[in-house]
Amino acid sequence: MAVLNEEQEMLRDMAREWATNESPVTEFRKVRGAGEPRAYSADAYATMAQMGWAGIIVPEAHGGSDFGFMSAGLVVEELGKTLTASPLVATTIAASAIVLGGSEEQKAKWLPRLASGETVATLAVDEGAQHDPSAIETSVSGGKLTGKKAFVHEAHGADLFVVAAKDGLYLVEKGDGVALTTRKLTDQRSHADIAFDGAAADRLANGGDSLLDDVLARAQVVTAAEMLGMAQAVFDTTLDYLKQRVQFNQVLATFQALQHRMADLFADLAQMRSAVEAGLQAVDSGFGVGRAAIIAKAEANRVLHVISNQGIQLHGGIGMTDEYDVGFYLKRARVLEASWGSSSYLKDRFAKLSGY
Amino acid sequence: MATQLEPDVHADEEAFRTEVQQFLANHFPDELKGKANALAGVDGPTDETPAQTKWREAVGERGWGTPTWPKQYGGGGLTKSEAKIVEQEFAKAGAYNPIGGMGVMMFGPTLLEYGSEAQKSEHIPPICRGEIRWCQGYSEPNAGSDLANLQTFAEDKGDHYVVNGQKTWTSGGQWADKCFAIVRTDKSDKHRGISFMLIDMDAPGVEVRPITMISGTSPFCETFFTDVKVPKANLVGEEGQGWTIGKRLLQHERTNISGGGSLARLMGQSLGEIAKKYGETDADGELTDRVLRDRIADFEIRWNSFLLTARRAVEESKAQGGVSEISSVLKKVGTKLSQERSELLIEIRGLQGLGWEGEEFTDGELEAVRGWLFGKATTIYGGSTEIQNNIIAKRVLGMLDHQ
Repeated sequence: MAVLNEEQEMLRDMAREWATNESPVTEFRKVRGAGEPRAYSADAYATMAQMGWAGIIVPEAHGGSDFGFMSAGLVVEELGKTLTASPLVATTIAASAIVLGGSEEQKAKWLPRLASGETVATLAVDEGAQHDPSAIETSVSGGKLTGKKAFVHEAHGADLFVVAAKDGLYLVEKGDGVALTTRKLTDQRSHADIAFDGAAADRLANGGDSLLDDVLARAQVVTAAEMLGMAQAVFDTTLDYLKQRVQFNQVLATFQALQHRMADLFADLAQMRSAVEAGLQAVDSGFGVGRAAIIAKAEANRVLHVISNQGIQLHGGIGMTDEYDVGFYLKRARVLEASWGSSSYLKDRFAKLSGY
Repeated sequence: MATQLEPDVHADEEAFRTEVQQFLANHFPDELKGKANALAGVDGPTDETPAQTKWREAVGERGWGTPTWPKQYGGGGLTKSEAKIVEQEFAKAGAYNPIGGMGVMMFGPTLLEYGSEAQKSEHIPPICRGEIRWCQGYSEPNAGSDLANLQTFAEDKGDHYVVNGQKTWTSGGQWADKCFAIVRTDKSDKHRGISFMLIDMDAPGVEVRPITMISGTSPFCETFFTDVKVPKANLVGEEGQGWTIGKRLLQHERTNISGGGSLARLMGQSLGEIAKKYGETDADGELTDRVLRDRIADFEIRWNSFLLTARRAVEESKAQGGVSEISSVLKKVGTKLSQERSELLIEIRGLQGLGWEGEEFTDGELEAVRGWLFGKATTIYGGSTEIQNNIIAKRVLGMLDHQ
């Protein structure tokens, strides 16, 4: 755990308490049971926004607290631990695009609404099943945006889309020329393909040529923070289970084979936490952001993959049941691993950035 | 007040920096510039050149090779920030620290903590001057990972002990003047029967045989003790306290093995850059061997997060005022990654990367082969990876003892 300031400690404690008491995994079960495409509780998100969480990376002038990405990551990590279903991550990523690329007018119009929770927003970049920002066909002509986006997170609840077109990022509001096709994924959260057909689009004109890369780096670190919470939760739950479950007249935790496996996972988790926290901190400092974000997401992918699999294996048969939570983490893990860069994509990017 | 004080502190530090620079100008021989301390390695030569002697004596006299150790025992008596200045200025001038070895890294700090006044006065100053080489008498043929199973026995003979037994993996034993050893003084208690004592390597009955390793070098020895007389004045702490003192010393050893900083220096050049020299690249300057490229990136990402973890461990320990629990993973992760890097380096170079000797190989290629082989020891010594896993499971994760 990075060394935090007082503000950050309070924020984390508040998020931890709320997630534990008000949003345990049973709340996600309720959302799943309700079966709505939006897949989150509007009341819960309103409460989160009231606590200021939707405005953590939004400047104070626009209704946020401007605490930065490390702080946002702390909250997202706590929510990841209990698989809280909400559009907080998506909205945070979209808000960062407006903070970096928006005009004063765009910022004044949208940021206060995002920070207050009134408006949900999401980033739509990829046009296929794999993350590939170099393969964008969506185009804009005369202020009208046309193209197809695939597997957009939190699309059903979103009123505002930050859409990547060939020549930059655009704001597109829900409405005419925006058609959603629900894509039900294994994590039971909101995902949709979106067909934009001459939708009114407002360009994010600031932020320079690197705007899309800068926004994707933020998407990577915040997503990695959610994954960190999930990995920590699976590790903790599994360790507790090993200390309780008795076979051959002894608790599983006394078997050396399992002790050593947990020691390996503990080391992996330490590596993941270092990388994720450094990624969040890099965004706040503005130094080496692209590289740090790649390392953060790559380590998050690698470690959560292993821990989510071992979580099932070490729980044994009970881990295979829907009644047990550990399977939910496995399913959400794979969705997040594939979002904003699979491991092979990230390694390719790392090599490119390193000049080989 | 603080604003009043700051300029003065700053001025003092600048004055000290100038003093160090002058010292370097007066004493550091040009011919040693950019060289490493050849005598610090356990595998190094024993003979100094006149320039090396001159430099060692100059630094030793100031105590700056052990900058933060107390001045009364020959250390530098410097504050941490002054020590940092010495380190920075030495680095700027391309000057190595000529005071090193196990006396500095492990034994000295332990003796300062547990030794008597007489022992500190006798043994610390020669370490600070780099005059005495110490070796470690820990492992035995039947006491490796199960170190407390050691059998070398020190029999009480009134004013002295008589020591009989065999130590092994004695790093630099063939060149050492003295040995800090853990030996058995009581056969009835596994842990509390162990004592920590200091043995002269030239005492009658001490015999040292170097062991040739797979790397072709002989950094370790077998050491035999046959009726060796050890004065009682050489017992550190009390009889039976050896396991506690010995474990404390191992903490210093592990910090040295895993330390991200020194490993980062060892790692040097990016593997990707090296691979570009040995392999083909495309028009964009990317490696055409995509599988190898992927594996290098995979390694370097994990290596980066290890460096971040090492940094985090230091920050957390400082903030908590105690050792951070993630420190427990550094040795295990750092040694595994450095072995992995050695393997990749060889793979990148193909058979050219497996040279044993000959002018057709560069020094870098030959060193990498020896380093790869010798590096296999890092996951075995200083508490093997398996022992590290036991420690993490037991102490950090609270999983019950498997025994």
